[in-house]
Amino acid sequence: MPGILTFALHYEGAINKNSQGAVSEAAKLSQQLGTECHAVVVGEGISDEAASSLGKFGATKVFRVEAPEGLAQPVVDAMAHLFEANGYDYALFGGGLLGFEVGAGLAARLHAGVTMEVTQVNVVDGKLEAERPILGDSSISTSKYKSRGIIIGRLNAFEIAESGGGAAEVEDVQVTLSGHAQKAKMLQRGEQRGADVNIEDASILVAGGRGLGKAEGFQLCEELATALGGAVAATRAVVDAGWYPYAAQIGQTGKTVAPKLYLAAGISGAIQHKVGMQNSENIVAINKDANAPIFEFSDLGIIGDLNKILPKLTEAVKAKKGS
Amino acid sequence: MKIAVLVKEVPDAAVTKRIDPSTGRMDRSGEKNLNPYDTHAIEAAMQIKEGGAVQVDEVVAVTMGPETAVRALHKAVSLGADRSVHLTDPSLSGSDVAATGYALAKVLEAESPDLVLLGQQSDDGECYTIGAVVAEHLGMPSLTQVIAMEVGGDGVKCERQAEYGYDTVQVDFPAVISVGDAINEPRYPSLKAIMGAKKKPLDTKAAGDVGIEADKVGESGSQVSCGDFKAPPQKAGGEIIEDEDTNETVEKIVSWLDERKLI
Repeated sequence: MPGILTFALHYEGAINKNSQGAVSEAAKLSQQLGTECHAVVVGEGISDEAASSLGKFGATKVFRVEAPEGLAQPVVDAMAHLFEANGYDYALFGGGLLGFEVGAGLAARLHAGVTMEVTQVNVVDGKLEAERPILGDSSISTSKYKSRGIIIGRLNAFEIAESGGGAAEVEDVQVTLSGHAQKAKMLQRGEQRGADVNIEDASILVAGGRGLGKAEGFQLCEELATALGGAVAATRAVVDAGWYPYAAQIGQTGKTVAPKLYLAAGISGAIQHKVGMQNSENIVAINKDANAPIFEFSDLGIIGDLNKILPKLTEAVKAKKGS
Repeated sequence: MKIAVLVKEVPDAAVTKRIDPSTGRMDRSGEKNLNPYDTHAIEAAMQIKEGGAVQVDEVVAVTMGPETAVRALHKAVSLGADRSVHLTDPSLSGSDVAATGYALAKVLEAESPDLVLLGQQSDDGECYTIGAVVAEHLGMPSLTQVIAMEVGGDGVKCERQAEYGYDTVQVDFPAVISVGDAINEPRYPSLKAIMGAKKKPLDTKAAGDVGIEADKVGESGSQVSCGDFKAPPQKAGGEIIEDEDTNETVEKIVSWLDERKLI
């Protein structure tokens, strides 16, 4: 009996890590519910290998739909079709751009309940309940579903677990796209912008946010990072604004890091950023706003003007190292 | 063309937010403000209107919420919207995301805009989702987290960031687009615009006026219920230094780092 349907996002033949996490989580929950976990992949010419690889994470069947890739609405069509055909109780998504869009669209289509930013899913009396931090992570609420439930995870909330399963059975499904799903067209997918920066291997990161004031503000971060022997990272806001390369981005759609030291300069600490760096061993934050959320999860917080503090800190670190 | 902008009143970021334990809903009393992300959506609408690539006849701000939500509309028109629509009805209270999106879609259906804009997330709760719900009910294409738009006669070219890089997507009108905060720097309203805001036309609609079916909204029409609130596991509060004498502050930081062998 099928229970949970998941969506797996892919790019150039590789399944997205969050999607692997979502499939792992759905497989674990299905086992507790006594049902099965199925997955759907949507795109142009997805290989048998990529599709069946989801079996490793516990999907017992993978549906492959030939449709435009990287867009949400064709996936909503595909999943709604599979819900009709197979009668799933739940859909589960990893935290990512498309997960939010597909989950919300599917909830509207199926008249189902939807919860986003979920960090934990529990089986209670044979049903799924989703826990979600709210109000800037100051409280956790539990969602219960009247009928079908759509659960959208927070980034990295679902651990990738290889359940020992082999290749999953792949079934090709024909889906007729709805009118509006044909009104958006991908012109270019996955364009890389800016220089390639490797921040995942650095044990010390100096990260900059909007509080730097302008692109040139990153020079202060670079000087400090050099003095500390680390690398420079950035928030999404400043990457989108073109101040720093995309490859250095931490958070929701960027990279997840856990260095020995994460020094955040001019970063408010929004959830989307926090999920990408909260497992760092030591978090130091410099921000002029005493109410910035980052102070709630930093080990050392400095309330002050980074333009004054960073240059002097760089000098002091150099002096210390030289001594 | 006609642009509708969805806006929302949210608790002021500086005010502590809380859940009313008796109802399990957010306590929405206290200081309120226009959702900061929505100001980017209004700014985007104004830039399209002023940009000259297409003829924009009207920018309409739309909100759903209690009586006090008119303040969000006043702010929206002070930022440039030509008029506003306020959907308010006791039956809508307690609606979940899906029900709220349905109700907003019914208002928009009556307005039949060519482009619906909204902020990608609200400061007080639902992230990235409302646009997709609205679009599904309207049968329109949609895209969220858009950081650049180029409007043409029959559609809009959008850029956004995905997990693997940047996507560029052409979306045909009518469409629902939610924008990220990197898309623009919202303007500040002039004093004159603030003073004149209350004089711009404001329609108040009840659920029945736009054909909202009662069993699809409110608590009873919502398919998800939230409750059992609990506190998250607390991380021990970190040390805080207020920078008064920067040399002293820096000394403290260096010794803190040194103690942990980070230098």
